[in-house]
Amino acid sequence: MSLYFTKDHEWIRVDGDVATVGISNHAQEALGDIVFAEVPDAGKSLSKGDDAAVVESVKAASDVYAPVGGEVIEGNSALADDPSLINRDPEGEGWFFKLRLANTNELDGLMDEAAYREWVKTL
Amino acid sequence: MTEINDNLAKLPLDSWHRSRGGRMVPFAGYEMPVQFEGIMAEHLWVREHAGLFDVSHMGQLLFHGPDIDRALETLLPGDLLALNDGRLRYSMLLAEDGGIIDDLMATRRGEHFYLVVNGATKHGDIEQFEKRLPRTIVMDHMREQALLALQGPEAVVVLDTVVPGVSELSFMQAGLFHWNGRPLWISRSGYTGEDGFEISVAGRDVETLADALTADERVKPIGLGARDSLRLEAGLPLYGHDLDGTTTPIMAGLNFAIGKRRRAEGGFAGSLRIMAELDNGSALKRVGLMVEGRQPVREGALILDAEGSEIGRITSGGHSPSLGRPIAMGYVASDRAETGTVLTIEQRGKLFQATVAPMPFVPHRYHRKQGATA
Repeated sequence: MSLYFTKDHEWIRVDGDVATVGISNHAQEALGDIVFAEVPDAGKSLSKGDDAAVVESVKAASDVYAPVGGEVIEGNSALADDPSLINRDPEGEGWFFKLRLANTNELDGLMDEAAYREWVKTL
Repeated sequence: MTEINDNLAKLPLDSWHRSRGGRMVPFAGYEMPVQFEGIMAEHLWVREHAGLFDVSHMGQLLFHGPDIDRALETLLPGDLLALNDGRLRYSMLLAEDGGIIDDLMATRRGEHFYLVVNGATKHGDIEQFEKRLPRTIVMDHMREQALLALQGPEAVVVLDTVVPGVSELSFMQAGLFHWNGRPLWISRSGYTGEDGFEISVAGRDVETLADALTADERVKPIGLGARDSLRLEAGLPLYGHDLDGTTTPIMAGLNFAIGKRRRAEGGFAGSLRIMAELDNGSALKRVGLMVEGRQPVREGALILDAEGSEIGRITSGGHSPSLGRPIAMGYVASDRAETGTVLTIEQRGKLFQATVAPMPFVPHRYHRKQGATA
């Protein structure tokens, strides 16, 4: 299992050809109290860079982009009832969706965890 | 993340905010704290305890001169002649066409009138006053004064400990107090819907005062984010969003701010149009909306009728921390403004259902003395 991050503060946990996607702790801190999240349904096909999910804090709405392409296997249904899961456990229970990777080459160039945590400190 | 622009001005409490973990954002030409521990927690704290807001970006203007009340009445629709010393009133600076240039608080202060205007509009307001008031009127922009708001049900107990006597004020009453020998101009007023006070204090003293107030564990510093959600729940319009040059007091539902004598006599900027709207209604009206579901609708979303035609727009919207649901304000055609009317809202291609609701969404808890009028 390997963990990747994007410069949009998304994380991608890869297990075989299944990728779980969420937003980083830094992202949830920047957003503040999250009051709504909308995740894609199973079966939806996403290309890298597509609008994949919506997350709204008290302040504002933000889009979550698909960091890699593939077919959605599952959206995290727990977020509909309790979007604050994203604040409490952003890199665990607060995941957004799982997809089956269309092209593992899209993982190339993403940051690993150590690189991401270092980069975030420079922001 | 937002880059802080070098051209932004700093508040007298700038370093105080930073040392308390305030997240600074650009607002009204200043760097201001949007939040400290988090908007939701801060919001609920103010509804239960007391919150300290730094509103020093707002403009504090002091006017004097012959017949100052009559002079201001040419631009403001409120009954200022009837305003007693040490009383304040919500009012508006109007354009000649009746549009709202700014909303403000006006206090009679002895021979003076003291106006507090919005931060983002204060320079434009000052130009308007200079241009439109007689030359015999002198206006002082009190740049050296900071302004704090202490809001919430415990504000009175806390402030009366620091500044004995303030608990005697009733809602929309103000007076001069002293604290460690320093003058404070304190009014019982605010923009959260809660009981509370606004304190005008010299910039050089504001940090010591903020320390003294937050030394009480019932007081926490509160950022702009919660200020916005609190005033939205209280049904209070925000200039630049719910009010602007295209809205009139009647469209905005601020009829209460037009004095009875003023309605009869007219003689204020835009009075012909505003009096006609008082008689016949305005084409659009500001309404409160309860939005179905969990997703907030925001400023700019379209309001549609059953046929899908645009009948208005959302001017403020968000999550209500006290109600745990999305609420909004917007303008709709007056025949759709009645409480209970079901409307459709379109935001980013998605449709929402909303119901026109009375405002405030959360009841006001002002401290009105029996028999006293605001």
